[in-house]
Amino acid sequence: MVGLNRREALALGGAGFLTSLMFDGGALAQTSDKLTIAFNVNLPAFDPTVGPSSVNPTIQAIYRSIFDQYIGQDVDLSLAPGLLTKWGWNDDKTQVWMDVREGVVWHDGSAFTPDDVVWSIERAGDPKGGNPVAFVWASLANFKVEGHRITADCKNFDPTIFKWMAFLTGYVLPKAYYIKVGADGFEKKPVGTGPYMVDEYQGNAFLRLKRNDKYWGPKPAFETVIFKFVPDSTSRVAEIESGSSDVTLEIPYEEYDRLKAKSGLSGVCKPVTDIGMIFITNVEKEMLDSNVRLAAIHAIDKNLIAAKLLRGYATPIDTLEATGYEAFDASVKTPYDPELARKLLAASGYSTEKPVKFKIQTTRGFKPKDYETIQAIVGMWRKVGINAEIEVYEVAKHYELRAGHKLAPMAFYNWGNAIGDPTTSTGFAMFSPSPHSGWKGKDLDDMIGPLWGEKDEAKRIAGWKAVDKYIAEKGYVIPLLQYSQPIVFKSSLKVTANGTGALQPTLVAKA
Amino acid sequence: MTFGILRRLGMAAITLAGVAVTIFVLLRVVPGDPIAMMISPGASQADISALRAHYGLDAGVAQQFATWVRDLVRGDFGVSISLHRSVFELLGERLPATLELAGASLLVAILIGGATSIFAVLMSDYGVAALVDTVNGLFLAVPDFIWALLLVLAFGVFAPVLPLSGRIDPSLDIPFATRFYLLESLLTLRFAIFWDVCKHMIMPTLALALPLASVITRVLKESLREAMVQDYVLLARLKGKSQLHLVLQEALRNAIGPTLALTGVQFTFLIGGSVIIERIFSYPGIGNMAIDAVINRDLPLIQGLTLMFGALFIIVNLTVDLLVVSANPRLRHG
Repeated sequence: MVGLNRREALALGGAGFLTSLMFDGGALAQTSDKLTIAFNVNLPAFDPTVGPSSVNPTIQAIYRSIFDQYIGQDVDLSLAPGLLTKWGWNDDKTQVWMDVREGVVWHDGSAFTPDDVVWSIERAGDPKGGNPVAFVWASLANFKVEGHRITADCKNFDPTIFKWMAFLTGYVLPKAYYIKVGADGFEKKPVGTGPYMVDEYQGNAFLRLKRNDKYWGPKPAFETVIFKFVPDSTSRVAEIESGSSDVTLEIPYEEYDRLKAKSGLSGVCKPVTDIGMIFITNVEKEMLDSNVRLAAIHAIDKNLIAAKLLRGYATPIDTLEATGYEAFDASVKTPYDPELARKLLAASGYSTEKPVKFKIQTTRGFKPKDYETIQAIVGMWRKVGINAEIEVYEVAKHYELRAGHKLAPMAFYNWGNAIGDPTTSTGFAMFSPSPHSGWKGKDLDDMIGPLWGEKDEAKRIAGWKAVDKYIAEKGYVIPLLQYSQPIVFKSSLKVTANGTGALQPTLVAKA
Repeated sequence: MTFGILRRLGMAAITLAGVAVTIFVLLRVVPGDPIAMMISPGASQADISALRAHYGLDAGVAQQFATWVRDLVRGDFGVSISLHRSVFELLGERLPATLELAGASLLVAILIGGATSIFAVLMSDYGVAALVDTVNGLFLAVPDFIWALLLVLAFGVFAPVLPLSGRIDPSLDIPFATRFYLLESLLTLRFAIFWDVCKHMIMPTLALALPLASVITRVLKESLREAMVQDYVLLARLKGKSQLHLVLQEALRNAIGPTLALTGVQFTFLIGGSVIIERIFSYPGIGNMAIDAVINRDLPLIQGLTLMFGALFIIVNLTVDLLVVSANPRLRHG
């Protein structure tokens, strides 16, 4: 028997360690055809139709990589064929028809069929199923499948139903597979028809995707895509600066300017469908005075805030319809006019010596410079005779207060509207029965009510433009800015900015 | 001693029950409705009610509590609202990562703190103690998350030699039977993977360990100083024993008690402190998951995490008490 003393045993262990490093090193080899994205949020769950993540706009970038939506969406927000190649209503708009794409296969190799589409819509519309927008999907019923065409009755006409098919929870899931494995099994091994397949997932750390070589659409540029979940913006900056990641997004604008100037890095920062706004609630008497509301609007120099605080990466807006939205109307203006603000306040007996007082709530760090923006606004108001007290709240509290119509007289919030339809911006933010509205008034409801079911599209959009103009004249809300999304990437790549803000790997290519 | 342990276990059960009641009631009193977090534009009141019913939040608080306790007794911690998975499973998946991080941090802190204190006592005649005190004070004053950011800048940006995020290289396949990556890769002699896991742990471990190391240094150094003037040390000195022998063989064993007790308490804080550190380094432990749970107002997950944190604190404190007793014969027989 060979005996080893302690020294020899240690030496042998060390040699083994080094040998192991040399021979196992291949396992650590980097894939050249790989894209690593330092992503700003964690992916909590894979089912894109239930739970909080299903209505989180940022996470749609991941969902769109694994699953396909009923209808696709181009970067300019326009609808494009997805798993449905054509769609529409019958003449009297009591029925919808949808043509389902042929030759598509699920990631597990099984065939995609119209049954999957019908099952997905019915499941989403089940009020007990946990879909946060079940009411949208429940508007369709009595599905019939003939070949690759599906028809369904409209229980109530919803002019935005096809837009929702490219929006939140509008994903097709595999009927047979989901029924077989159940919700838990689906979370462990999700299957979609999207351009990438799930290869490995570690919650709060990373998601590794592999290219779906049987994808029906354009071949994705990368064999492997890794989403690193890096919620801390400082760490995301370090990820891209150190070269550990190829792309990152949603970093402070100051860092964006610094990084894109560095050799080997490039940047793109385009407006997305995300706006900053101030809800006005008609609960306290000060807000019932139109002079106060309008003065508050005219006293804000949005251009200054956009230029100085947000370094030019924001676009001032005058209605809740941002550039690119269907009901955007450039003719509606609420200009910065402090003199007018002073006159309006004077008409109601207020001045800098005797200011009107109220509270304004804001998030802090939820959106770029949100708190600083409100600080600047409060400073501008003070100069004309408005003394606002700032209260910082969490976004969760905002939701709760808003749903209970208990927001402060003014409350800052950001509103996303990836499909750019007026119902999902002005509609839900300003219509009294909506749990999301701040201002609740019969005059507005009378204007908005008929538009929900308006079948003439041109008339519908014109109607929403009129509503937006009326809101601006009455000062029922304070639209502030449309945000731009900073994306920094290695110069060896080419990134196409998405109007929705969803940084899908399919929008990244080799330069 | 057995009676003492049983009594402590009984107290632990009562404490845990208290934690359960407190967190359950608190979560339902403080603002932040989990349903409000998932109401998308367009959701009607009926949709909100349906969601509330779907997640079992439509019942009264007392009924919700009764259901939760009944399920807990059956070993069912509920299903996470945001992650759509069993809370029990999730805790089991994430806890090993945090335990490995906290364990490694504790080890590093003990090594740094122990070595520094011994060095300071050995060199006390050369005026080194003052320098150690000054540097130690600096380390004590800097919180762990600042260390984390400094480390990110130093080893992630200026000299990018260490990975900035995660627990393992995302390019690697992860052929693990358990979630204890560090231990398993070491025990199965897969040194390349072990080294990769180590590399990912260096920065978060240091960020957690440095403040704790300075606490250990401060306490151990003082304990050693006191022990070094005791009669038995003087006797050993008179026998001609070296300074190193006096510190390691004579003083350390008697001086270790307070440090051990303190380290145990600090270990529980270490697990608590991992919340921010795991976030900064995207480390997939329970701390990182806890932040998301709070952001999403994921009540079942927050409840499960709090109970688990409570249980961990109790277990660690109990273990430390036993260690202190076993290390000190006077306590053992007292």
